[in-house]
Amino acid sequence: MSSGATALRPKKTARELLEKIATNFWLRTIVKKVFIVWVVVTLTFFIIRALPGNPVEIMVMSLMDSGLSSEEAYTRAASLLRIDLNAPLSQQYSDYMSNLLKGDLGDSYVLAINKPVTTLIAQRLPWTLFSVGTSLLISFVIGMFLGTLAAYRRNSLLDHALTNFGAAIESIPNTLTAIVLVLLLGVTWKVVPLNFMRGSLSPGIKPGFTLPFVVDLFKHYAVPGTVYVFSTLGGWMLAMRSSTISTLGDDYVTVARARGLPDLRIITAYVGRNASLPLITSLAISLGFVVGGSILIEFIFVYQGIGLLLSQAIGKRDYPVMQGILLVTTITVIVSTALADLLYGWLDPRIRITGGGE
Amino acid sequence: MESSSVMRSTRENALLRTLKLLAHNKIGLLGLIVFLSMTLISFVGPLVIPPETQAHVDQIYQPPSAAHPLGTDFQGREMWKMVIHGGRDVLIVAFLAGIITTFVAVTIGAVSAFFGGWVDSLMMGITDIWLTIPRFLLLVVVATLVRLENVWMLALFLAFFGWPGLARQIRSQVLSLKKREYVEAAQLLDLGAAHIIFREMLPNMMSYIVIAMINAMTSAIYSQTGLVFLGVVPFGNNWGVMFSLAYAKNAIYNPNAAASLLVPMGAIILFQISLVMLSRSLEEIFNPRLRRGV
Repeated sequence: MSSGATALRPKKTARELLEKIATNFWLRTIVKKVFIVWVVVTLTFFIIRALPGNPVEIMVMSLMDSGLSSEEAYTRAASLLRIDLNAPLSQQYSDYMSNLLKGDLGDSYVLAINKPVTTLIAQRLPWTLFSVGTSLLISFVIGMFLGTLAAYRRNSLLDHALTNFGAAIESIPNTLTAIVLVLLLGVTWKVVPLNFMRGSLSPGIKPGFTLPFVVDLFKHYAVPGTVYVFSTLGGWMLAMRSSTISTLGDDYVTVARARGLPDLRIITAYVGRNASLPLITSLAISLGFVVGGSILIEFIFVYQGIGLLLSQAIGKRDYPVMQGILLVTTITVIVSTALADLLYGWLDPRIRITGGGE
Repeated sequence: MESSSVMRSTRENALLRTLKLLAHNKIGLLGLIVFLSMTLISFVGPLVIPPETQAHVDQIYQPPSAAHPLGTDFQGREMWKMVIHGGRDVLIVAFLAGIITTFVAVTIGAVSAFFGGWVDSLMMGITDIWLTIPRFLLLVVVATLVRLENVWMLALFLAFFGWPGLARQIRSQVLSLKKREYVEAAQLLDLGAAHIIFREMLPNMMSYIVIAMINAMTSAIYSQTGLVFLGVVPFGNNWGVMFSLAYAKNAIYNPNAAASLLVPMGAIILFQISLVMLSRSLEEIFNPRLRRGV
């Protein structure tokens, strides 16, 4: 997998540089990741601008719905939006890229006029990171436990029940899980008041390390959190089960048994530790997809996270916000994948990162 | 001529053998029966039962009863008729997306592994980039752009976003097959890449590919449901549209309306679970190591 096998024949220094990049693992990784970010930024830039209906049109339409004539609506929208969509696309692109290099994601067009996108994202991202991240950890721990249980009792009734249940819940779209939970908990059984299923905080509660805040936070988190856990649990369980089963066949487990070590110690220190290695890497990778997985659930629960921000931005064609969110999401995925690679090499010294081969 | 008939008969035997093995697997059999009957009802049902086009204002949100077996929706339409008519689009998209995803993934994975070298680097590089991109978000954004008015478009679209994971798996399968003796023999005979990939390797991966296709169908339905719910694929009258409309009309807060929400959702869930049961049982059959649990 020598990606530096270039057909180019540039000057010697450039060539040496290329060779250096091609042979140095870390350099190559970094170049690759930066390249991916650039691809995503460029792709989304042009895709988004090809969407039917630009922000001005959408705003004009909504103003006209509220009873303004089309001319009034245009002047109002133009004065509100202060954006120039008539500049050539290449000009817009180079402006965007040069701002991006300075760390400026631009200002929101419509959602919060002239507010920097970075501020908007900074306001919304913590909610998503909290809700999805917490759920991911809960689901990971429960999944590991159930997977180990199924592996130890394999081919028993419990194992069959657990694995089939796990595979089944993994295939149920999380939208449907969310709706069923709202219906059962909120409407039919009335266990959770409906106002705890809308928004991420009750009105009037200020974020801070106070008891009412924390209590309210978890009250609003409970139902969406359950949905996240429910829809990811099966995957962790099945992965842990098969990983544990293959570890159980390893020689050192047999040796540990022969040495008469207590069962609990074998389960945790010998089997569990080694079986969870591949899962920890996937956990790191999933952490990156946290942001992407939240759009539907936040839409249903009006949870003030980044997924909801994206669906609002799509509705209003707020280009910079859409782009900013896709960028942030991609970067989280890339960083967490790199983290997973690092983590794996560190947790399992048998794996040497050589950057090549199979 | 003779050789082709022999081939066909062995293929039929393989299918028959699989079915026989499946018959012994209770869960797999159940999955197959549910899958086949839902497919049959969705395709044949609309030919027998007239569509429910008329609104019945006096029959809005009737709970299930003898007169309305599955209740009625927000326009007073019979849910059982709606469900029968609402399956076809969902299933066609799932079948098409499953086939296209698998086709693209197999082609890319097999070519990449077979030729190796820079072809492999390039193709896997693209695959890796595609894997890293937050695809569902991009899917939502692009779905707003492309008017996805027919099932083909939606299926192509889902496949376009769904292939990379499978392509990687196929690649590693082909890499291991490449070292088998019969493949080396075929290479020595200079049978050509297309022959070796399609005639020698793929038949040996068929079970794997079938299972992958069923899984691709499952994820096509998964993403399709989300896209419909967000309102970016507005076509037709299908299970996804039915439950999304019911949700948008606040059917969730009306105890009498629960059926109009739950019936189409139940149809999606039932179909998904039947696919999962089927694919898991096939996996058990074709990979006996799983059965022994080693």
